[in-house]
Amino acid sequence: MESRPKSAQIRLKTGFFVLILALISGTIFNAFAQEEHGAPAGEHKAPGVSEVIIEHVMDNHMWHFFDGGTLYLPVIVYTEERGLDVFSSHHFYDEHHNRVEYNGYRLDHNKIYLGETPVLDFSITKNVMMLFINAGLLLFVLISVSRAYRRNAGKAPKGLQSFIEPIILFVKDEIVKPNIGPKYERYLPYLLTLFFFILFGNLLGLLPGSGNLTGNIAVTMTLAVFTFLITNVSGNANYWKHILWTPGVPLPLRVIILPVEIIGIFTKPFSLMIRLFAAITAGHIVLLSLISLTFIFQSWLVGVGSAIFVLFISLIELLVAGIQAYVFTLFTSLYIGLAVEESHGDGH
Amino acid sequence: MELLTPGSGLIFWQAVVFLGLFFLLSKLAWKPILTSLKERETSIQAALDAAEKAKEEMASLKAGNEKLMKEAREERDKILREARDAANRIHDDAQAAAKHNADRMLEDAKAMINSEKQAAMKDVREIVAKFSLEVAEKVIKKNLSSDKAQQELAQGFAKDIKVN
Repeated sequence: MESRPKSAQIRLKTGFFVLILALISGTIFNAFAQEEHGAPAGEHKAPGVSEVIIEHVMDNHMWHFFDGGTLYLPVIVYTEERGLDVFSSHHFYDEHHNRVEYNGYRLDHNKIYLGETPVLDFSITKNVMMLFINAGLLLFVLISVSRAYRRNAGKAPKGLQSFIEPIILFVKDEIVKPNIGPKYERYLPYLLTLFFFILFGNLLGLLPGSGNLTGNIAVTMTLAVFTFLITNVSGNANYWKHILWTPGVPLPLRVIILPVEIIGIFTKPFSLMIRLFAAITAGHIVLLSLISLTFIFQSWLVGVGSAIFVLFISLIELLVAGIQAYVFTLFTSLYIGLAVEESHGDGH
Repeated sequence: MELLTPGSGLIFWQAVVFLGLFFLLSKLAWKPILTSLKERETSIQAALDAAEKAKEEMASLKAGNEKLMKEAREERDKILREARDAANRIHDDAQAAAKHNADRMLEDAKAMINSEKQAAMKDVREIVAKFSLEVAEKVIKKNLSSDKAQQELAQGFAKDIKVN
C-alpha cells in the first residue's frame, strides 16, 4: 500500500520532467517555426504559447468562450477630465476584430488609456463577472442550506444541507476553534465566508472557459488585506507587547527583533496573498501548457497523452482547490488566534 | 510583470463584493446555520445529560431500595429480639413469683408448725403438771407418815417443775 502511491508519484514526477522538457523544446521549436515562416497566413497573428497561456490566466475586458463566442463586457472608466464613462468593450474592436481606439480611449495589454495617461478602470471584466457568479452561487447555495435548517429543524440534515454541513463543521471545529480559542465565534462568519469564497472560486476557476478568479493577485491581495485588518484591529495588548517589546529578549537584541516583528506583521498577509495566487495560477499554467502541447506538436498522439495528463492534473487541481481554501483559512485563524491570545504568564 | 500587478478595478469590486457577501451570508446563512447547529448540539448534549441523570437516579433508587430493605430486615430482627427478650423476662418473672409464693408458703407452714409445736408443748407441760400433781396427790395420800420426808419430796417436785 505504501510503495504504490510513492512509485506513482515518482512516475508522475518523471512524467512532469519530460513534459516540461518537451514544452520548452516545443516553445523553442514553435518560435523557430514562426521565425522561418514569418506571420502565418490569415488575419490572425498566431500568438506564442506562453502569450496564450498568460492571456488565459489574466483578467480581460471580454470573455472569450470560443471563436465567435465572445462576450463583450462593459467598460467603466473614470477620468478627472471626462468623469465616469460606461461603454461596451466591443467598441475597442472593429468588424475584422482589429483593435481600435474608441472615443479617445485606447486598450493596451488589458489597460485602458486616455491618450497616454492610464485611467481609473472599474470595468466589469472577466474576473469581476466570475466574482459576481461566485458570489451569486455562494448566496444561492448557502441561503438555501440555511433555509433547510429552518425547514428540517430538529431533524437530520439532508440533500445539499448534508453536503455543506460537514464542511462548515470542519471549518468551525478543525480550523477556527483550535486556532483562535474561546473567542472564536466572533470571527467564524468571516472565516466561513473566506473559506467558501476561496473554495468555490477555485472550483469555478477549473471549469473550462471560466476566469482565473482566485489566481488573480488583486483578489488574493484584497482577501489578505481583510485578514491583515481583522488581525491587527483585534490584536490585544499582549499581541502588541510581543511585537513592540518582546518579553525575555536582551536589550541589544531588541534592535534586531523589533524590525523583524514589525516586518512580520506585513509578511503574514503577504504570504497569504502570494500562496493562493501562485498555487492556483501555477495549476492553470500547468494545465494550459499540457493542453498546448497538442498544438505545439500538432500530433493526435501527443493530444491523447496530454489529455491523460490533463485529467490527472485536473484531479490534483481539485485537491489543490480544497487545500488552498483550507490553508488560507487556517493561516488566517492562526494569525487572529495569535492576536487575541491572552498572556500565558510564563513570559514566553 | 503584468501577472503580478493587481488591477485597481478588480480590487475595488473584490472588496465591495466580498464585504457584501460577508454581510449577507453572516445575516442570512451563517447566523441561522450556526444557531441551528448549536441548538442541535445543546439538545444532543441535554439528551445525553438526561440519560446520564436517569441512570444515576436509577442507581440511587436501587441503592435506596436496598437501604430500605436492609432497614426493614434490621427492624424485623430488632422486633424479634425484643419479643424474645420480653418472653424471657415474663418467664423469669413468673418463675420468680412462683418461687416467692412457694417460699412464702413454706415460711407460713414453718411458722404454723412452730406455733403448733409451741401450743403442743404448752399442752404437754400442762398435762405433765397435772399428771405430776395427780402423782404428787397420790404419793401424798399414800405416804403421809413422815411429814418431813413428804415435804422434802414435794419441794423437790416443785423445783423440778420450775426448772422445766
